[in-house]
Amino acid sequence: MSVVTVIYTLLLYLAAAVFLAGITRKIISYAYTPQPLKIPTTPAPTTRIGVIIRVAREVILFESLFKANKWTWSFGWIFHYSMLLLLLRHLFYFTDPVWSWVLAIQPIGDYAAAAMLIGLAGLWCRRLLVDRIRYISSLSDHLMLALLVGIAASGLAMNYFDYPDIIAVKAFSRGLITFKWQPLSAIPLLMLHLALVAILLIVFPLSKLLHAPGIFFSPAINQVDNPREIRWVSGWSAEINNTEGKKHGGTDSAHE
Amino acid sequence: MAERIALMSEIKVPVLSKSRTVPFLEPGAMAHSKPFPAGPEIQARLGFPDKLVPDWEKVAVNKLGDLVKQSRALRVFLDSCVKCGACTDKCHYFLGTADPKNMPVARQDLLRSVYRRYYTFAGKFFPGLVGARDMTKEVLDDWYSYFHQCSQCRRCSVFCPFGIDTAEISMAARHIMSSVGLGQKYTNEIISKVHNIGNNLGLPEPALADTLASLEEDVKEETGVDVRFPLDIKGAEVLVVTPSADFFAEPHIDGLIGYAKVFHAAGVSWTLSSHASEASNFSMFIGSHSNLQRVAVRIREAAQELGVRRIIVGECGHAWRVAYNYWNTLIGPFDFLDRNYPIPQHICEFTHDLIDRGALRFDKSVNDDKVVTFHDSCNVSRASRMGNHPGGQFTIPRAIIRACCNHFYDMAPETIHEKTFCCGGGGGLLTDDLLELRVKGAAPRMNALRQVVEEHGVNHVAAICAICKSQFAKVLPYYQFPMNMVGSVHGLVSKAIQLGPGIKRV
Repeated sequence: MSVVTVIYTLLLYLAAAVFLAGITRKIISYAYTPQPLKIPTTPAPTTRIGVIIRVAREVILFESLFKANKWTWSFGWIFHYSMLLLLLRHLFYFTDPVWSWVLAIQPIGDYAAAAMLIGLAGLWCRRLLVDRIRYISSLSDHLMLALLVGIAASGLAMNYFDYPDIIAVKAFSRGLITFKWQPLSAIPLLMLHLALVAILLIVFPLSKLLHAPGIFFSPAINQVDNPREIRWVSGWSAEINNTEGKKHGGTDSAHE
Repeated sequence: MAERIALMSEIKVPVLSKSRTVPFLEPGAMAHSKPFPAGPEIQARLGFPDKLVPDWEKVAVNKLGDLVKQSRALRVFLDSCVKCGACTDKCHYFLGTADPKNMPVARQDLLRSVYRRYYTFAGKFFPGLVGARDMTKEVLDDWYSYFHQCSQCRRCSVFCPFGIDTAEISMAARHIMSSVGLGQKYTNEIISKVHNIGNNLGLPEPALADTLASLEEDVKEETGVDVRFPLDIKGAEVLVVTPSADFFAEPHIDGLIGYAKVFHAAGVSWTLSSHASEASNFSMFIGSHSNLQRVAVRIREAAQELGVRRIIVGECGHAWRVAYNYWNTLIGPFDFLDRNYPIPQHICEFTHDLIDRGALRFDKSVNDDKVVTFHDSCNVSRASRMGNHPGGQFTIPRAIIRACCNHFYDMAPETIHEKTFCCGGGGGLLTDDLLELRVKGAAPRMNALRQVVEEHGVNHVAAICAICKSQFAKVLPYYQFPMNMVGSVHGLVSKAIQLGPGIKRV
C-alpha cells in the first residue's frame, strides 16, 4: 500500500468517526435537554401530524426562508438540492450491485455540480455584496462556502481534466466500508476532493452545519399548539407542584 | 408641555416613505440607548444581587451554561444559525434605527459569541475564526444596550428557516444580567410591585374599589343601566384578570367598560380580584422562571379563594402569551375550573362566542365616525392563539370589530397577522428612558398606518394590548397622528353594544 492510501484511509476513517460521534452526541444533547415552556411560533399546528407536516415543509421547501427572501431562498434551495442529488449519485461508490435508480441519475452529475456551484456563488455574492449580510459574516462563514465550492469544483473538474479510474475509486471506497482496504490512485484532484470532504465531515459537528439536525429540534417549529388542552411540563417546570400544599415551584437557587 | 416639545425635537423621527425601505447600516447609531438600571432594593426583592457582583464575568458565563442546560430552545438556537441573513431586515428596531446590532442575528450574536467562546470547541480554540468573544465589560455594555432594544416580538422567528427566536435569547441575556446584579429598573420595579401589592401600578385594594365604584356611576350616567364592576365577589362564575392599565389609563379603560357591558348583556356573573389585579407578567421579559411562576400563582390563588369556575383574560398581548401558553404549566392543573370552557379564555373569545350565538345586539352606526384598522399585537399573533383553529387570533378580533363598526380596513398584508410589526414599546421597553428607541421602533407600524390613512381615511387604530395602546398614545404625535387615534377593541364594543330597552346615550 502506498503512503497516500494509508494516509487517506486513516483520514477518512477519522473524519467519519468524528462526524458520527459528534452528531450523535449533539442529537443526544438536543433530545435530552428539556424545553420547560411551550413556545411554538404561531399560528402553529394543533396536532402532532400537523407538526410533522410543518417540519417537513420547512425541511423540504424552506418555507420560512421563502417568506423572508426570495434570492436567498432560490440560491439556498438550488445549492441544497443539487448537493442532495450529488450525494445520492455518490451511492454508486458504496453499493454493489449498484441500485438501478443510482445508475439512472449518474448522467446528471455535471449539471448538479454546476447547479451547486451556482447556488453557492449566489449565496457568497449576497454575503459579500449585501451590507447587512456582510456585517454578520465571520471568517468561518466564508471558509465554509470556500470548502463547499472546493468540493463541488474539484469533483466537477475531475470529469474534465483528470478523469480517475472509476472502478479503482469504487474499489477504494467499497474497501473502506467493508474494511478490506484497497489502494487509492494518487490523482491530485481526487486527493483534493477527498481531503476537503474529510474536513467537511470533521467540521460538521463543530459548526453551524448543525442546523441540519437542529431544525428537527427547534421548539418554535416542532411544538404542538395545545397548551390549554394538555398540561405541558418538562425540566424545571416539571418540578412545579401546585396541588400538594406547595404553592411555588421552587426557589431561584433550585432551578434558576 | 414645553419639555415634551423639546423632547420631540431632539428625537430624529424616521422619515416615512411609501415603499418600505431597508436602511443602510449605521454602526453604533443606538449604542447610547440604555435604560436606567434597577436599584439595590428592587433587585433584592426579586431575588437578584443588589449590585454588580465582584466576579460577575464568571457568574455570567456559568449562568449562561446553566440556562442552556435547562432550555432546548437556547441550545438549538445557539448552534443552528447559519447567518443566512433572512432576519436582517425584519426587526422594527433595525428598520427604525439602522443600527446593525439591531438586526436579529447580530443581536443574537452578542450572546452567541460568548457561548461559543466558553462552551464550544471552535470558540475555545479558534475564537477569531468563528467570532467568539470573552465576557468583558465591553460585551456586558453591549448586552445592556442592545438586549434592551428587543421587544421580544418574535417577528424574526417567523422568517428564520430554523425558527430561531431572538426573544428567547434576549430573555436569557436579561436573566443573566439580572443574575449578576445588572437589572433594568422599569421592568424589575414593576415585577416587585406585583409581588408586593398585586399589580403593575401598585394600586392597593381600596383605590381599586374606588375606581370601580366610580366607573359604575359613570356608566350608569351614560347609559342608564346598572352595569356592575364587581371586585372580590366569592362564587362569581368568572374571574376576569386584566392588565391594571385597564383600571384608569386611556384608552384602556374603555375596554374594561366594554368587558363589563358584555358580561352584563350576557348575564354572566363575574368578578375582578384585588389579590390578582394584574394579568401582565413582566417576569417573562427578563426570563426569570421563579418570578414568572410567583407572579402567575396569584391568579391560581385568587381563583381558588373566590371559587370561580372560569378565568377570562382582558386585552393584553404578553399577558395572553403567559396565560395561554404558560399558565397551565406554571399554575395548573386547573381541575377546579369548568372544563367546558377554554382555560384560560381570552375576552375576545368570550365576546366573539356571544356574537356568534346572536346573544349580543349592536348599533354599528354609533361607530360611523370611525374608519377603523386593527393592529395585531405581537404576542397574540406569534406566541398564542384564540379559538379552535390556528389563526383565530387574527380572525376573532376582526370579527368583533366588524360586528360593531361599518368601516374597517386592514393595513398592508406584510404588516399584519403573523407578520405584524411591534408597536415599538413591548418587552419591557415602555419607559421614558427609552423614548428615542420607542419612537424609532414604531416607524414600520406608522408607515403601514400612514398608507391606510391616506388610502381609506382610517382614523382609528384598534388594539388588544395595554402596552400597544400606551405606546401608540405616546408615539402617534411624533408621526403627526393624533394621540387619541388608538382605542381598545372592547372600546368599540362598549360604544355599539345595546344593553336593553332603557338605554340612553349622551
